[in-house]
Amino acid sequence: MKKILAVDDSASMRQMVGFTLKKAGFDVTEAKDGSEALNLAKQQGFDAVISDVNMPVMDGITLIRELRSLPNYKFTPLLMLTTESGLDKKSEGKAAGATGWIVKPFNPDQLLAVLKKVIR
Amino acid sequence: MSIDLSQFFDVFFEESFEGLDAMEAELLNLEPGKEDSETINTIFRAAHSIKGGSGTFGFVSVSDFTHVLETLLDQIRDGQRVLTAEHVNLLLKSVDCVRGLLGALQAEEEPDLSEANELKARFEAILGGETSESVDVEEEHVASEVQQSTTYQIDFKPEPHLFKTGNEPLYMFSELAELGQLEVSAFHDGIPDFLEFDPEDCFLHWRFFLTTVKPEHAISEIFEWVEDDADIKIEACGGLFEDDTIGTPEVATQSEESGPLAAEQSASENQVDTSVQAEANLTAVQKKVESVKTSKTESKKSSDSTATSIRVGIDKVDSLINMVGELVITQAMLSQIGDQEITESSIAALQEGLAQLAHNTRDLQENVMRIRMLPISFVFSRFPRLVRDTSQKLNKQVELKLVGEQTELDKTVMEKLSDPMVHLVRNSLDHGLETPEERIANGKEPVGIVTLNAFHQGGNIVIEIMDDGKGLDTEKIRSKAIANGLISESDDLSVEEINELIFMPGFSTADSVSDISGRGVGMDVVRRNIQALNGSVEVTSKQGVGSTFTIRLPLTLAILDGQLVQVATHTYIIPLISIVESLQIDISKVSKVGKGLEVLRLRDEYIPILRLYDIFSHKGAREELDKTLLVVVESDNYKIGLLVDDLLAQQQVVIKSLEANYQKVDGISGATILGDGTVSLIIDISGLIKLSGLRRPGSTELLVDLKGEEAEPA
Repeated sequence: MKKILAVDDSASMRQMVGFTLKKAGFDVTEAKDGSEALNLAKQQGFDAVISDVNMPVMDGITLIRELRSLPNYKFTPLLMLTTESGLDKKSEGKAAGATGWIVKPFNPDQLLAVLKKVIR
Repeated sequence: MSIDLSQFFDVFFEESFEGLDAMEAELLNLEPGKEDSETINTIFRAAHSIKGGSGTFGFVSVSDFTHVLETLLDQIRDGQRVLTAEHVNLLLKSVDCVRGLLGALQAEEEPDLSEANELKARFEAILGGETSESVDVEEEHVASEVQQSTTYQIDFKPEPHLFKTGNEPLYMFSELAELGQLEVSAFHDGIPDFLEFDPEDCFLHWRFFLTTVKPEHAISEIFEWVEDDADIKIEACGGLFEDDTIGTPEVATQSEESGPLAAEQSASENQVDTSVQAEANLTAVQKKVESVKTSKTESKKSSDSTATSIRVGIDKVDSLINMVGELVITQAMLSQIGDQEITESSIAALQEGLAQLAHNTRDLQENVMRIRMLPISFVFSRFPRLVRDTSQKLNKQVELKLVGEQTELDKTVMEKLSDPMVHLVRNSLDHGLETPEERIANGKEPVGIVTLNAFHQGGNIVIEIMDDGKGLDTEKIRSKAIANGLISESDDLSVEEINELIFMPGFSTADSVSDISGRGVGMDVVRRNIQALNGSVEVTSKQGVGSTFTIRLPLTLAILDGQLVQVATHTYIIPLISIVESLQIDISKVSKVGKGLEVLRLRDEYIPILRLYDIFSHKGAREELDKTLLVVVESDNYKIGLLVDDLLAQQQVVIKSLEANYQKVDGISGATILGDGTVSLIIDISGLIKLSGLRRPGSTELLVDLKGEEAEPA
C-alpha cells in the first residue's frame, strides 16, 4: 500500500483529503503543519506528500524545500495544495522542489485524478 | 468515487468559527501602520482556510466572498498595499458577515447575501475592480471545446533535472494515451558518455503523435507541472491517423477504442457535460433516497440544535481514563474481599478498600468537574470588539484591560454570565466613562480604562468590571429614587445604600433612560440573572474616580457545598456560601414587629426570623426559640435567620433539578439525594424571602424602617 503524508492546518481539509485517499486504497498519515510533517517524514518513508501552502509554524514551501534536501525524498512526488492561482506561489513552490500543485477548491475525484499524475 | 462531503461539515464549521474568532482578535490588535507580518499572516491564513474549505465543501457564497478578503490580505501581506483603518473596519465587518453566512449554512438555511454583496463591492472598489478571472477562463475552455478529432505532434524535451522535481514522464505518457491514440518515439541522442553519465538525470526526449477529440489545453494540462522544466511543443499537424470517417469523428473514435476507455473519455469530456448528464441520469429512486437523506439530516440537526459541545484538552481526558482505571482496580479489590469469608482481617482490608474507593471517587469527581471548566477568556474575548465598536459610536477613547483570563469556571455558568457582563461593560462605556474632553478638563488622561478582572476566591469566581470614569452620581440616583417612590424624602441612606438602588426594578423604566446620568437601565435584570446562578453583584463607586461592579459566582452549578439542617423529620440543605453564622437564640433579644414577625437583635442588626417548619408546613418541629438554632443567611445583601431544629453535616451535594424532574417550587432551588437514599431539598434563600412575605427595603418598610426605630419587645 502506498503511503501518503497529507499536511494541512485545517482539520476539515485534512479529514477530507485523508478520507478520500484512504478510500482509494492509500495508507494516509496526517500532519497539521510543516514542522510536524517534516518530523514524520524523517521517521518513516512516504511515497508522496500533499501539503497545504499556508500553515503556521512551517509553511508548505519551506516543508517542500526541507524534504527535497533529504536523500530519501529526492524523487518523491511533493504536491502543494493551493488556492492561489497566482503564478508566483507556484513558481516559488517549483523552485523549492514541488512536483506540482492542486488548486483549491477541489473535490475528491479531482484530487485522485491529480494524484494519478505522480503515483500509481 | 462517491464521497459524502457532508461528513466533514461539522469540523469545517467549527474550525471556520474558530478562524473567524482568531481573525477578529488579531484585527483588533492591529494598529494600521504598525502591523507586524505575523499578525497579518494569521489573519490571512484564517481567511484562506475558510475560503479553501468553503469552496471544497460547496459553500460557494462563502468562498466567493472570502475570495476578495483573501486578495486584499494577500496584497497587504506582500507589501503591495498599505493597511488602513478603513481596511480594518471593513475586515471586521466581513468577519461578522462570514459568521452570519456560515451560521445560516450550518442551520441549513439560505444565507442572506445582501450584506455580503455590499461588502464585496466595497472590497472590489478597493482592489480596483478586479474580478475573479477563473470563471472567465473556464468559460473560454468550455466554449473552445472542439468535438473533432485532431492529431497533434508533441515534442517533449525535459531538462536533465526533471526527476528531481518528483515528476515521472511515464505517468504523463500514460495520461496522454488516455486522451486518444498515441504513438511515441524516444530519442536517446542526448545520453552522454559513460563517465559523464549521471543516472539521476534525464537525457531522453520524446516525440508523440496523439489523435484525440480533446482540445489542446487537455494536452498542455498534462505537462502543466513541468512546462518550466522542459521544452514542450504542441502542434496540430493534420490527420496522420485520420481515416475516412472524418464526418462523424466522435463515432469513429469511440468505435476504434475499447469500450471502457471510451466511456471514461466521454465521461471526462468536460465538467459541464458530466454534471448535466449525471443529473439527468438520477433515477427517481435515487432522488427519493436523496430527499429522505436530507430530511433525515435536517431533523437530526434541529434536534441537535440545543445540544452544545465542549472541546476538552486531551490531558484532561487522559487523567479521567487514568482515574477510571484506578476505580476499576479498587472495584476488583473490593469484589475479591467480598468473595472471601468475613474474618477480622478481611474487614480491615474492606475498610482499606472503601477508603481507597472514597479517595478515587473524589478524584474522579474533581476531574470530571474540571472537564466542564473553561478559561474565562471565552467570555472575555468578545469584549475587545464590543469596546471598540461601542467606543467608536460614543466618540470615546477606551483602553480595555483583561486580567485573569485563564481563570476557569463552569461552561454553563460562563454561558449565562456573558449577557450580564455585556450589559455592565456597555454601561461602563456609556455612563461611566467621560468623553476625552471632559476627562482632560478633569485632569485625567483622555483615554479611559475599563478593566475586566477575574479571579478565584474560595469556592467562587469573582469578576470585576472596573472603570476610571466619573462614578455614580448619588444625588441624582437619590432624587430619581424618590421620584419613582422607591424611597422617601426622609430616608437617610448611606452612599452604598443609594448606589444599591440602581439594581431596583424601578430604575429600568423607559423614562429613566434619558434623564439619569448614572446607571441603572436594566440593572435589575443583570442582578436577577446573576442571582439565578446563585451569585451576587455589587457596586462600589467613588465620584470622579470610577466604579467597580463585582460579580461573585459559584464555580459550578452542578455541585454545591451544603449545610444539612433538620426541620422536624426532614432534612434540608442550605447553601454554605450564603450562611453567615449559626447561633443559639438569646430570647431576650427577640422582638416582634408588624404582623407577628419576630426579629432578633444581633449586634447592630435586626434579623427577621423565618420558621422553616412554618413555611414548609411541617408538624412536630421544635417551636420554642430557645431550644432551636438560628442559621443566619445572607442574600441580596440582606440577612435573615432560618429557624431549624438541628445542624447536621456539611457536605458537597450534587444538584438535581426539581423543575426538570417535578416542577418549580418556590423557595426551593433544587434537590439532592443523600447517602441514605432520601431526597433532600435545597433552600433558595432569595426565593424564600419572597415566599415568606418579607420584602426588600426600598420597596417596603421592613429592614430600612427597623434601623430607624426601636422594635417593641416581644
